Amino acid sequence: MASKPSFSDEISNLLYAAKGSPINACIQCGTCSGTCPVANYMDQTPRRLIGMINSDLKDDVLDCNTYWFCASCYHCTVRCPADIDIAGVMYAVKRYSIWNKTYSEDLVGPTFSEAWVKMIVRSGRSYEPILAPTYMFQLGRKEFFQEAFNASKMVLKGKIPVLPPRIKRLDNFKKMIRRIIPLGESS
Amino acid sequence: MKKYAYYPGCSLEKIASSYHKSTLETTRVFDIEMQELDDWNCCGATTYFHVDGILAHTLVARNLALAEKEGLDLVAPCSACYKNAYFTNSLFRKDPDLAEHINFALEEDDLQFNGKIDVFHLIEIFANEVGPEKLKEKVTNPLKGLNIAPYYGCQIVRPRKNGEEVENPQYFEELIEATGANSSYFPERLRCCGGSLIMTNRVAALSMIRILLESAEKNGADVIATACPMCQVNLECYQNAVNEEFGTSFHLPILYFTQLIGIALGISPKKLGFGIEMVSAKPIFKKLLSKEAN
Repeated sequence: MASKPSFSDEISNLLYAAKGSPINACIQCGTCSGTCPVANYMDQTPRRLIGMINSDLKDDVLDCNTYWFCASCYHCTVRCPADIDIAGVMYAVKRYSIWNKTYSEDLVGPTFSEAWVKMIVRSGRSYEPILAPTYMFQLGRKEFFQEAFNASKMVLKGKIPVLPPRIKRLDNFKKMIRRIIPLGESS
Repeated sequence: MKKYAYYPGCSLEKIASSYHKSTLETTRVFDIEMQELDDWNCCGATTYFHVDGILAHTLVARNLALAEKEGLDLVAPCSACYKNAYFTNSLFRKDPDLAEHINFALEEDDLQFNGKIDVFHLIEIFANEVGPEKLKEKVTNPLKGLNIAPYYGCQIVRPRKNGEEVENPQYFEELIEATGANSSYFPERLRCCGGSLIMTNRVAALSMIRILLESAEKNGADVIATACPMCQVNLECYQNAVNEEFGTSFHLPILYFTQLIGIALGISPKKLGFGIEMVSAKPIFKKLLSKEAN
């Protein structure tokens, strides 16, 4: 009888692009953590996160903010001496946490990503003002006004369009997406 | 005349309109035609990939299929668009299963992709097809005395494509030198600007932007040249927020490399999209004019 895959197997399977070595090739050298420009802001460094995945510490992995703070700069990926696509691992854990709704509530990243994909499904194009509510209300008072002031200045300079753009063959586009993932019938 | 399928991406329509204008103006000088893809869609930046890998590749592949239908290689000026287009293209060629999924979905828009085109970033067109030598020949207004910091950022350099050197690229510096300017020493030129973290983790992103501005300013840069709209917006539009957050007083213009090349080629600043800066570019023109007077 087939046994249930372990958490580390599940994440490996989600590492869609079969590029580089498997996660368990990690030698815990810490090059990724030393390279990562966001490491200071993470609960766990990338090295520790990979160690935790390999040890099947599922709840601890999903509880931390590390993977949602990855900016996809790929510096760890190109430096990894074991040739692991570490930024790819971060993507895999992001997907896992979105599909299983396990991310912590106070993170903006997952809501932002979901709002983005919904926006694209609706119009085929991105339009910043639609995304603003996903992060604006998480900001402190000072930052909120800073952001609002910045945005209005950008509108005045003509850097933000007044109306959202959309593609021409939108119906075909939506049907195309439905062939990959189910969409709610309301859309 | 060489012709490419031009994929501007969402940013270049408005927030980076100066990149769009200066791209078209400068490539024309070298007899390169940028034919905009008809009815292109958003490439998804990094966010589609957070949600679903196959969906993300399919949406990118729609643009590739549109270019292939025209029989043209694709050029993207935005680093995130480029990275997505490049890697979807190369994965498509290696993975028949992915290719089948993609083409099954593309049928709905009467499209098909066969992996027959190549994908380039705009800066590769300048670095390789035009090249610093040919650029130098066309310079009529050398940017003498101007110190330009070459900001590569992430996604034109990384991930690695074919085992190439990724820790010390030089092509940006060579292009800057070809305009007659000095390529300013910029040790953090390959460091990330924070990308979309500015929206999802503001504190981290502001500190990342600060490190870049500091590195450029300390080494005497008059301006940072970028090749990506996301980097440009983070470094320019959030410079004030950095100053407020850290009590710094940065005032560093952030321009697209095509705008700087454009000035060197003698194209009028208006045609290059100048005039919408949040950090004024006037000091640069002042410096260039004062050198001319001498």
